[in-house]
Amino acid sequence: MDILDLTAVDLGRKIKAGEITVREATEAALRQIKRREPVLNSYVTVDEEGALKRADQVQEQIDKGEAASPLAGVPVALKDNLCTEGILTTCSSKILANFKPTYTAEAVINLQKAGAVVLGKTNMDEFAMGSTTETSAFGATKNPWNEDHVPGGSSGGSCSAVASGECFYALGSDTGGSIRQPSSFCGVVGLKPTYGTVSRYGLIAYGSSLDQIGPIARSVEDCAVILETIASYDFKDSTSVARKDKDFLSALADDVKGMKIGIPRDYFGEGLDKEVRDCVLKAAEVLKDRGAVIEEFDLGMVKYAIPAYYVIASAEASSNLSRFDGVKYGYRTKEYEGLHHMYKKSRSEGFGEEVKRRIMLGSFVLSSGYYDAYYLKALRTKALIKNAFDRAFSRYDLILGPTAPSTAPKLGVSLSDPLKMYLGDIYTISVNLAGLPAISVPCGQDSRGLPVGMQLIADCFQEKKLIRAAYAYEQSDDGQRGRRAGGQRNE
Amino acid sequence: MANIISDETIEYVGILAKLELSEEEKETAKRDMGRMLDYIDQLNELDTSGIEPMSHVFPVNNVFREDVVTQGDDRENMLRNAPEQKDGAFKVPKTVE
Amino acid sequence: MSKSYETVIGLEVHVELATKTKIFCGCSTEFGGAPNTHTCPVCTGMPGSLPVLNKQVVEYALAVGLAANCQINQYCKFDRKNYFYPDNPQNYQISQLYLPICHDGWVEIDTASGKKRIGIHEIHMEEDAGKLIHDEWEDCSLVDYNRSGVPLIEIVSEPDMRSADEAIAYLEKLRLIIQYLGASDCKLQEGSMRADVNLSVRETGTAEFGTRTEMKNLNSFKAIARAIEGERNRQIELLEDGRKVVQETRRWDDNKESSHAMRSKEDAQDYRYFPDPDLVPVMISDEWIAQIKARQPELRTEKLARYQEEYKLPLYDAEILTASKHLADIFEETVALCKKPKEVSNWLMTETMRLLKEREQEAEDISFSPVNLAKLVELVEKNVINRTVARTVFEAVFADDVDPMQVVEEKGLKVVNDEGALQKTVEEIIAANPQSVADFKAGKQKAMGFIVGQVMRTMKGKADPAMVNKLVREALEKK
Repeated sequence: MDILDLTAVDLGRKIKAGEITVREATEAALRQIKRREPVLNSYVTVDEEGALKRADQVQEQIDKGEAASPLAGVPVALKDNLCTEGILTTCSSKILANFKPTYTAEAVINLQKAGAVVLGKTNMDEFAMGSTTETSAFGATKNPWNEDHVPGGSSGGSCSAVASGECFYALGSDTGGSIRQPSSFCGVVGLKPTYGTVSRYGLIAYGSSLDQIGPIARSVEDCAVILETIASYDFKDSTSVARKDKDFLSALADDVKGMKIGIPRDYFGEGLDKEVRDCVLKAAEVLKDRGAVIEEFDLGMVKYAIPAYYVIASAEASSNLSRFDGVKYGYRTKEYEGLHHMYKKSRSEGFGEEVKRRIMLGSFVLSSGYYDAYYLKALRTKALIKNAFDRAFSRYDLILGPTAPSTAPKLGVSLSDPLKMYLGDIYTISVNLAGLPAISVPCGQDSRGLPVGMQLIADCFQEKKLIRAAYAYEQSDDGQRGRRAGGQRNE
Repeated sequence: MANIISDETIEYVGILAKLELSEEEKETAKRDMGRMLDYIDQLNELDTSGIEPMSHVFPVNNVFREDVVTQGDDRENMLRNAPEQKDGAFKVPKTVE
Repeated sequence: MSKSYETVIGLEVHVELATKTKIFCGCSTEFGGAPNTHTCPVCTGMPGSLPVLNKQVVEYALAVGLAANCQINQYCKFDRKNYFYPDNPQNYQISQLYLPICHDGWVEIDTASGKKRIGIHEIHMEEDAGKLIHDEWEDCSLVDYNRSGVPLIEIVSEPDMRSADEAIAYLEKLRLIIQYLGASDCKLQEGSMRADVNLSVRETGTAEFGTRTEMKNLNSFKAIARAIEGERNRQIELLEDGRKVVQETRRWDDNKESSHAMRSKEDAQDYRYFPDPDLVPVMISDEWIAQIKARQPELRTEKLARYQEEYKLPLYDAEILTASKHLADIFEETVALCKKPKEVSNWLMTETMRLLKEREQEAEDISFSPVNLAKLVELVEKNVINRTVARTVFEAVFADDVDPMQVVEEKGLKVVNDEGALQKTVEEIIAANPQSVADFKAGKQKAMGFIVGQVMRTMKGKADPAMVNKLVREALEKK
């Protein structure tokens, strides 16, 4: 058996049983990183020394019976927009290339309390702006299933690392699909929780009203365990929600009998790749065979989500990213004449093209004379989108559809046409606008062997329904639990 | 393209956003922003009259801290990442003429 | 000047609230401290940090709003005001634009022509900026974020004032209300109260307002008065010359007594306000408002009435004592200790006021403690020292807040009322002044006064005047 083929929870069990030590697991992941990184570039920073030291510490805790969590001793990778004390946190941007936070994100603290071993920080689209991980200042990440293709984004490094066995699970962040879309492209499970479920303290903000941290793993069970671990009410995050129903493990039941699942016709129209469509509809059949009630319906508002999103997210980003100015941290240009020149040069040299594009757009839509026409219009559209989902969830437990309209595109083809790239987020973006939870589960491959993901969307706070349906699917013959690029179960 | 972005607009937005674009970048920015605004203008198909703009999805309100000091002197950490510092302060180019 | 002009003034007053911690983090608001020692990731704008609202800020803002007869927005929100400047670590200031906590209030001021209401457009909550220190040696600036995130309320008046006197009266009124509420100490010099002046002029009788300018950097009432005068004249001169007033922000230089425009190409004045997604709305229930009202301390009008009723003070005394919350507090605490309201009032109204004036200080600067004033009152009451000596002792109390008994003992200022010792001095003085004795015998009462004065002088003022009078009279009458 190859350790790397274990899911996070399976590895946790073996560690507890004394079959594998934490150091062995950590070393296995580090070896895989050494082997695969030259090609994949999943990581920005690998903390080999820290990980090994931590592995021994956690082992000691486990030996003393002090680490009860199913994740104790399981090595994890963190998206590089999650602050980690003393470890570089770059957001894959030149402007933060030397930034070492003096505090750790709340979600990461929750993992550490559960005995996680942090391997390093994963590559991403710069400041989470992008859908391919190609906007990273530290080079693109490759798709482990086919290195000529992108892993998706913006949590592409996390998904690639999970899919390739460079870690056992990872955290990502999702503002418009940044966990789900790369999970779909990399054939892993990615869950975006209800807004407010995981504290945003220590997550470097892109679009504050949309950002949410979530798990990426090789099984639904792993995602449930990770979510249960990272979800917490945090008084440091005013938008954090105190939830009592965080026992997500209880939803791991292979039972969808009577569950009502709606398939939006408007998700299966023009622009959807035929192979993706077939895989997703086949997955729906599987759930139907297991007792779910599947029905087609019209969701509505689908095409308005992307324009509304780009107004809101860019506006918030333009403000959130104004703190990067060369004064308190990060990059400062070498030569300048006076304060404002220093600001402009530092920011222009420090930010990449896509980030600048969104800051410019965001500054424009908020500027005098345009606020009502663009920003308020987008917030009103958001309300209508939320209404459309409310109507759907009055009839269905879940909405099922593709995570993305296609499988992973080839490297280099997306950035030339930003608007086209944005359209790839058509199924994921509205979920963030409405604050909903959603999961992407692998449901097959296209003819080139590239993974396809099915997205399940639930009403606010209904992660358990997502987990139940995704778990039931995973238990079926079509389920792909634990599947890894280059792994034994892959053959 | 319905939205034509002028040189003045790009210049102005650059001042707001504190970004200095090269001539070539300005041309690209004008084109990209125009295209994006054309796309965003689709929203005008929607009748949103009477719809309250939605900032927060959930009706969470009144999240407060009590007025109790919880933070001591942490200057060293706050300055740790500063590009330039002097006498315990962040050093910046002169701010008065 | 051929035409007559009217000045139209509106004020934007920033007041630092007296909370223990900052508006969005648990850092201390304490004044002073080495640069950046009261900072954390939130108030230095570190990536990933998030703000959480200090409840006390809302309560102070509500208290001020209610005392200034404002309407309360029971659903209020915070917005981001975006602009780049190094004192502003996030390059946006969290403030309130669209739904400020209070609006449409008023306060009443006394003017030469009677009472006048000054409208309050709105009161909003916001965070203060850090401090920039200009380093002459290196030709750079240094940023200290200790003040960054200190809570402020901004009180925006209507353009209801017509002269510097009205503006000052309005500011004094606001200051008094806020001090009474304990919401701030409102010290202009230390910057805990700051005022920006919006001013325009128009020909008398015109209905429309002229173009206004905004003046900043005003840190005393005198500076405000001078700036209003200066700006009024500058605008009138422009108009008289047939030129236009430009709407702009100007910085007042009180040393040069002139202002200059704060214009810059990089200063677009387009703040791109939008609701802060990191903060949730504040919902203010009727119950909460009722609680704040119930907790409202006694304000000046009530105090005035009570001082006359409970302490039997004349209206004049009560008015002076209540003109400063700090002074009223000292008064009440001292009376509680020594139970001599009129006596305490006299000390505060005469000696204290005289010393403040001499030192160009305000009532807020009084630093002696009620305990020491009460002790002094008792020393006089028990005739341990006489009034003349007491004034000297009070100066020491006023200056250094010392225990008056200690001063009396160190300097040997106790009243001499040992009859034997006094008798001896009286006899010596009488023997040395036969002419005065003769005058007294001839019916000149003034002569006795002279003798008494001589005795007091010899005793260095420490003698009990009543006893000296008695002994001198007896001695003269025996002659």
